[in-house]
Amino acid sequence: MTKLLRHVGLLLLALLMLYPVLWMVVSSLRPNNEIFRRPGLVLDNLQTQNYGEGWNALASPFGHYMVNSSIVVLGCIVGNLVSCSMAAYAFARLDFTGKRLWFAIMLGTIMLPIHVIIVPQYILFSQLDWINTFLPLIVPKVLATDAFFIFLMVQFIRGLPRELDEAARIDGCGHARIFLRIVLPLMMPALATTAIFTFIWTWNDFFSQLIYLTDPEMYTVPVALRSFVDSTVETSWGSMFAMSVVSLAPIILAFLLGQRYLIKGIATTGIK
Amino acid sequence: MPRSSNPANRKEGIAGYVFLSPWLLGLMGITAIPMLGSLVLSFTNYDLLSDWSELEWVGFDNYTRMFADDPHYLDAVGVTVIFALVAVPLKLAAALGVALLLNKERRGTGIFRGLFYLPSLLGGSVALALVWRAMWSKDGAVNAFLALFGIEGLNWINEPDWALETLVVLAIWQFGAPMVIFLAGLKQVPNELYEAAAVDGATKWRSFWHITLPGLSPVIFFNLVLETINGFQGFTSAYVVSGGTGGPVDSTLMYTLYLYQSGFTDYEMGYASAMAWVFLIAIALITATLFSTGKFWVHYGDGQ
Repeated sequence: MTKLLRHVGLLLLALLMLYPVLWMVVSSLRPNNEIFRRPGLVLDNLQTQNYGEGWNALASPFGHYMVNSSIVVLGCIVGNLVSCSMAAYAFARLDFTGKRLWFAIMLGTIMLPIHVIIVPQYILFSQLDWINTFLPLIVPKVLATDAFFIFLMVQFIRGLPRELDEAARIDGCGHARIFLRIVLPLMMPALATTAIFTFIWTWNDFFSQLIYLTDPEMYTVPVALRSFVDSTVETSWGSMFAMSVVSLAPIILAFLLGQRYLIKGIATTGIK
Repeated sequence: MPRSSNPANRKEGIAGYVFLSPWLLGLMGITAIPMLGSLVLSFTNYDLLSDWSELEWVGFDNYTRMFADDPHYLDAVGVTVIFALVAVPLKLAAALGVALLLNKERRGTGIFRGLFYLPSLLGGSVALALVWRAMWSKDGAVNAFLALFGIEGLNWINEPDWALETLVVLAIWQFGAPMVIFLAGLKQVPNELYEAAAVDGATKWRSFWHITLPGLSPVIFFNLVLETINGFQGFTSAYVVSGGTGGPVDSTLMYTLYLYQSGFTDYEMGYASAMAWVFLIAIALITATLFSTGKFWVHYGDGQ
């Protein structure tokens, strides 16, 4: 009996949790005058017009912002994979002076809020003439500032048997080859976790994209979506919901494909 | 023993710094030097529009202005503290409660876990904040639901007393991430303890209180630190739901939102830098406080 009760409770909770997402999808398929005052999820008057309208509601077609976001995301993923795995290899496998101190500093920066350094960082990037380019968003990743991925990879490499790289070293392999040929192929799960999290966080990231991208040509998806609120006088909720669905679709897809890595990733390191 | 005398070790030392070089460059160029830069700027009147030559030292003016001369700043501090104090415990309680339910459930655990986790990935997005704004508006889904019971709801996001609460609900909705961490933690609590307690005739409540909670305390502590730090940084939802203003009457003016307004809307970079440093010190102090209380209630399995 309690088993059944628990099961029903979980089902109800799941429905409640999914409700905002389902309501968004259903509303995007309703005529504008039906969106409000209707909490239900039944679609009796399905129409896809909102998608066409929303796609073309802003200065550029919405696809333009999706391409911009994709460029940023791709740059960030490559940057994080290369720079964080290199740093992680050094911390997990190499012995050098000052290692413990650097490691402690690295751990300290995991919790450092970006808001603390955003002002001088902005000044720096504006001196370099990087405002309204994607560089302020990508270059920090190429320089491994997402320290929690370093931590995640260090933990992973520490779990790999050392005998493998020792055997390779006896065979005369240098560190570059051990890293590229032995450690990297073995740490695919950690790389996948990093790639998926970087994808989701960068796709959703609003704060830095809002600050660095002010030219509508350079807008990414979150910044473009925000302009739905203040650009149109008569806000068309339907088309805004339609583009919200479009903007979240890649996240949901990434979640479905990479759930295993996401859950493992947060369970082992506690990142979100 | 000086390790560098050994050529193999010296080579390894060089390799270590080669592998570390991107991170070191980032640490210096993008983190450490800008941090020091913002400390210096916080004692100036620097604004983005004027020339560097107009830069003036103003001593502690920015800092005294915050606490003595800027009601918006005090509003922002109040809003952020209330948000963290309300949202973090409720979110963690939801996460722990659902984790306990799921831990017992056999069928469909993976699916439920995934469903409950999904909002953590969506909740920080602009899209979902827009949905939230619509859901809690006067004609939104929440009020339409309440109307089924004959209750006439408010325009929640325009009510100074309620706007922040809608953001709290949005934060709680994202309990999935700490829940997954709790689930992993629950697996670490040794089963023998429960069996021994059952043999001794302990009730479920007692074994929860004396076995589950102490066993889980390191994970609770970890989640508490993480969520508190995250809670202080909420920006996107406050920005989108209030249309960037932090209104109505500053009721959703989260600290980071006010910092953004000062630095990037009003261009008062010196003032924003001072706010950033106070923020950093506050977070460090809160984290340190949490760690010092942790001694009294966090039990590590190895008897520490």
